[in-house]
Amino acid sequence: MPKSSSQVPILELRGVSKRFGAVQALSNVNFEVYAGEVVGLVGDNGAGKSTLIKCVAGIHPIDDGEIWFEGRRVHIQNPIDATNLGIQTVYQDLALCDNLDVVGNLYLGREQTNRLPLDEVTMEKRSLEVLHNLSVSIPSVRTIIASLSGGQRQSVAISRAVMWNSKLVILDEPTAALGVLQSKQVLKLIRNLREQGLAVIVISHNLVDIFEAVDRISILYLGRNNGVFNVHGTSQEQIVAAITGAEFGNNNQETAQSRQRKGGSSR
Amino acid sequence: MSTMANDPRLVSEESGSLLQRWWQRFRQADLGSLPIIVGLVVIWLVFQRANDKFLSPLNLTNLMAQISALGTIAVGAVLVLLLGEVDLSAGAVSGLCAAIMAVLNVRYGVPGPIAVLVGLLAGLAVGFFQGFWVTRFKIPSFIITLAGQIAWVGALLAVLGETGTVNLRDNFIVALAGTFLKRDVHNGELYSWIVGILFIAIFAASFIWERQRRRSAGLQFTSIGGLIFQIAIVAVLVIGMLLITNADRGLPSAMVLFIVVLVLFDFITKRTIFGRHIYAVGGNVEAARRASINVNFVRIAVFGLASALAAFGGILAASRLLAVNQGAGANDLLLNVIASAVIGGTSLFGGRGSVWSALLGALVIGSISNGMDLLALPSPIKFMITGGVLLAAVTIEAVSRQRRETAGR
Repeated sequence: MPKSSSQVPILELRGVSKRFGAVQALSNVNFEVYAGEVVGLVGDNGAGKSTLIKCVAGIHPIDDGEIWFEGRRVHIQNPIDATNLGIQTVYQDLALCDNLDVVGNLYLGREQTNRLPLDEVTMEKRSLEVLHNLSVSIPSVRTIIASLSGGQRQSVAISRAVMWNSKLVILDEPTAALGVLQSKQVLKLIRNLREQGLAVIVISHNLVDIFEAVDRISILYLGRNNGVFNVHGTSQEQIVAAITGAEFGNNNQETAQSRQRKGGSSR
Repeated sequence: MSTMANDPRLVSEESGSLLQRWWQRFRQADLGSLPIIVGLVVIWLVFQRANDKFLSPLNLTNLMAQISALGTIAVGAVLVLLLGEVDLSAGAVSGLCAAIMAVLNVRYGVPGPIAVLVGLLAGLAVGFFQGFWVTRFKIPSFIITLAGQIAWVGALLAVLGETGTVNLRDNFIVALAGTFLKRDVHNGELYSWIVGILFIAIFAASFIWERQRRRSAGLQFTSIGGLIFQIAIVAVLVIGMLLITNADRGLPSAMVLFIVVLVLFDFITKRTIFGRHIYAVGGNVEAARRASINVNFVRIAVFGLASALAAFGGILAASRLLAVNQGAGANDLLLNVIASAVIGGTSLFGGRGSVWSALLGALVIGSISNGMDLLALPSPIKFMITGGVLLAAVTIEAVSRQRRETAGR
């Protein structure tokens, strides 16, 4: 597995702070994710999850702290910086064009041409390969997005995020709008991403889904770290306690602790 | 109920033969252009019953000459509607640009081709200006182009000056829409057949080439039956049109130009990156922006093209009427243009439709107007019937959209 081979995290945040006027949205937050690993980012409303991913995605530049990517210190000032590093974010609204087909959406803004006309054959072929590699099942890549189910749309959005040499994929509430079966479909896709050696950050409120899909859970509470847990050997009650602030994690030894936990979890 | 990938509704949707797929779509109320074609046939049969000259070669040839200007302007309206915007200035712009061309040619002695080119460029400039205003100040296009409609009528009056009417005599300009291939061109009938057969051959070749490429790439491809069916439809339409028009004066040049515009813009919208981006912006602006599509560029370019097409339509109309007057582009032209685009099946909400809806819509509007003229119906009735048809068309569109939404499409 790529997971054990890489000792350096794909993404590492060290002491990141972000402030909006009088609100300290993030203070001194540490976070890390390795290749071939799925990390759940969990916290109550207003805990700073969205702010954290927006900092990584380049929408909000950080005020303080360091972002390290593949062992190099980087400065992410805008979304293009993030994209160039290989960071892709799938927001809840998915940003798909309902009136275009699956191929059109996968290649949106990156269309391939045969001189002047669109090269539909090449794009369709590659789309089929990508979806096949990720085991995404869709009736036809020529179906328009409007006729797909919620889970299939989510799968298309995720496939688009990973098909352009991405290294880190951030998923914002990927299962929030989905029914049980569709959620399973998306969670399976997330596990496939891990198999392919990608680093994945999942934001979710649904602890059942989190426990099913992720390796580690990083908890935010009022803009601060509140513990990192390995899903194996942790109960949902412990997580709930950390989310609500009933149980305080070990803030100071955050990084060391998570590394140790990760080491214990590698199979 | 399961909504996974193996949902029978979804699996069966794009599989099976061409006929089965149509039946599937029919059941999901995604009727495409079927209702409008049925409507057109009904309209023709009704008028033919009322006056047996309606479907005569003479009248059908007239009809083609009549709808070309309207249809050309409607192609521009379709482009703007695809963005989810609307262009209310199309009528006035068509009049203004025709007037610019006429005045340059008649009063200033500018050669016909150059006068036409300047008229087209004036349209392009007007469209860029309106598009810039819409994007720069984020004002709804409805308001900007409404202001334009009023202002350009003023400009039209100013350009025409005191006499108010400019009569066209230039050979090039008059020939633009006023030529009938069989009557006016030496060997025109023969040429029209050669071009028609070439047209069919090119379409057939592109279908076959497309199928061959998909086949060798290991993708799904149309069956032989489907292929023959597609080619047969094109062939029947082209040959039918040539048989009818050659039984009269021959194919009107305005119709030829309209078809060229249709084929060109069908290619642009369906086969180029720019066209794909038009659909993307109309479907989901935010998604287009995040996919790093230059949304403002697409919008300004489309407004420019739409106004240039309006100018071309206005020039075709002027060429057919042999004059530009103060009423050019006024009255019901704008409403007929937008009605044509919408009746033909282009959604008012953006992202859905095709430039061929300009042809279908213009045929419907043109047939009604032509038929009522043949029956010598008074104006009040003509307006009310045209309004009623528009109402019926948008209602069919709205109902099928609602059914499509409940069917999850």
